Amino acid sequence: MTGSATSHSALTKARTAPTLVRQTRWVERAAEALVKLVSLVSVASVLLILIFVGKEALPILTSAEVHKELTPGALFTPYAGAGYMWQPVSEVPKYNVIPLFVGTLKVTLVALFVAVPLSVAAAVYVCEFAPRSLREYIKPAIELLAGIPSVVVGFFALIVLATWVQRIFGTEHRLNALVAGFGLAFAVCPVIFSVSEDALRAVPNSYRTAAVALGSTPSQTLLRVILPAAMPGIAAAVVLGFGRAIGETMIVVLASGNAALLDASLGHSTRTVTATIAQELGEVVVGSPHYHVLFALGALLFLSTLVVNVVGERIVFGMRRRLGSQ
Amino acid sequence: MTAAAATALPRLGRRPNPGDRTLIILTATATLIILAMLVVVLGDVIVGGWGVLTWEFITAAPRDGMTKGGIFPAIFGTVALTLLMTIVAVPAGVATAVYLAEYAPPESRLARIVNVCIANLAGVPSIVFGLFGLGFFIATVGRGIDIAAFGGQPTYGKPSLIWAALTLAILTLPVVVVSTEEALRAVPRELRDGSLALGATKFQTITRVVLPQAVGGILTGGILAVSRGAGEVAPIMFTGAAYFLPYLPTHLNDQFMNLGYHVYVLATQSPDVDRTKPLLYGTVLVLLLLTFLLNIVAIAIRIRFRRRLSSAQ
Repeated sequence: MTGSATSHSALTKARTAPTLVRQTRWVERAAEALVKLVSLVSVASVLLILIFVGKEALPILTSAEVHKELTPGALFTPYAGAGYMWQPVSEVPKYNVIPLFVGTLKVTLVALFVAVPLSVAAAVYVCEFAPRSLREYIKPAIELLAGIPSVVVGFFALIVLATWVQRIFGTEHRLNALVAGFGLAFAVCPVIFSVSEDALRAVPNSYRTAAVALGSTPSQTLLRVILPAAMPGIAAAVVLGFGRAIGETMIVVLASGNAALLDASLGHSTRTVTATIAQELGEVVVGSPHYHVLFALGALLFLSTLVVNVVGERIVFGMRRRLGSQ
Repeated sequence: MTAAAATALPRLGRRPNPGDRTLIILTATATLIILAMLVVVLGDVIVGGWGVLTWEFITAAPRDGMTKGGIFPAIFGTVALTLLMTIVAVPAGVATAVYLAEYAPPESRLARIVNVCIANLAGVPSIVFGLFGLGFFIATVGRGIDIAAFGGQPTYGKPSLIWAALTLAILTLPVVVVSTEEALRAVPRELRDGSLALGATKFQTITRVVLPQAVGGILTGGILAVSRGAGEVAPIMFTGAAYFLPYLPTHLNDQFMNLGYHVYVLATQSPDVDRTKPLLYGTVLVLLLLTFLLNIVAIAIRIRFRRRLSSAQ
């Protein structure tokens, strides 16, 4: 081994070692080439999703055939006499997506309103206060909550939560944005919890010991030292939770009531973007304007979650580097 | 931060003052509420579904417009689907993890791109996978096969077991990769060095030394992927799941019934929800038991595995 190689990290040494003991045979090369090739499957998948969802969405912008029934502008402007209406299978199909966006937003905000305080507080408890023995049970239990299939949560929201919500809030419709949002919180809590917990854990111990040494009480240490240091990570947790919430399908399909009403009431039945795709794509004529609109909604959803995820990971990455932990 | 350092967190506080105590109680309550979500769902499904769970329910087909009988075809379809999915997702995921952890040079551009794609793939909404499966596997690949081999007869260019399984395989790929990579990186370097020093090649080292050490992580990833795949509905709605089939799927291009989709169908399409409600509860219970047992096994393996590694270090 040359002198320059010894100054490299130990990892590089291990990597170059085989050439010392044996000539590289074709099996070695083939194996390396194969795993490298297979690792490209993930890259190809992301690109193919982008291409093939995008391809079916594009006619909304480009196809003259589609424009006869639907122009891109009509997706966002009210119909004369009907207003903001999503009604793709009526005599005059109406494709205004605003009610769907508002529906998704309503449900998501309800979910975050419930899930953010609960999950962040739980992360604080597990990370800072809980006895170690208890912590070892709480974390797997919350992982189990994340492991409940969303169709099961949706079913529970439909049968049980809806009844409770109606009894407590006296909502007009049995299935509504509130029920869907509460149901969604079941799926969002584990996400926000685990990212927040990571963020709190990434705060170096020296911060805690220093604060305690200066005479801070536990609550002062938490509120003035640990939380501010972990704040970017907690923000990222909220962002990632938001991404999970806007993309969730089965819970909202079952619990939201699915009427595309445009209003601010949380007690009214509501229809989200994901639920619209799930319910309508099965019956739509392939290649029709309706079909392309549904793909356009999917493409939009894909891009939004992509942005949300990239932003979330950037924040986490930046915070970790600043705090100097791995 | 290593696990050892994390467990050595200084216990905050001497005797807590009232403000501290309030904070502890508040955060503990929040934790309890989240745990209660788990208990409430589990409890309701178990109470509602237990009485329905008979031998007949598990082994018979639905009857009388799906208001009577059992759910055997849905169980069969779910198992076939996830099995097929696993055959694709686990080897692909393990190979990707091996590349990332063993072969990719540090600072490798390709490895960074792969990592970004894995992270993003994990964040894609499941309904988008459904759209993708329809647009890519069915309308493009399947249609292509039909034109090339079946004279344009719709044989593979329609919702099928194979397309649903492949769609799910892509969806669960990140689960396998993340779990396997973590396990590979936890294998001490000395083992690799020792193997190489004894004259083994890199490939021999990976297959006979590193991978056997990481088998716990691979198993965890595989089980979590199966559990995830068994519970997903949105990606298979348009790519292969059927409301009701009088026969079991026997070919890759057959449609299939599925537990999660069956729940969705019974809950939304049935004209008589009160009559199907017991069946619905029973189906949900079977689905939950399936995914839950798998999850518990995976978590148990991981905890044991991590403990062994941290005690070895």
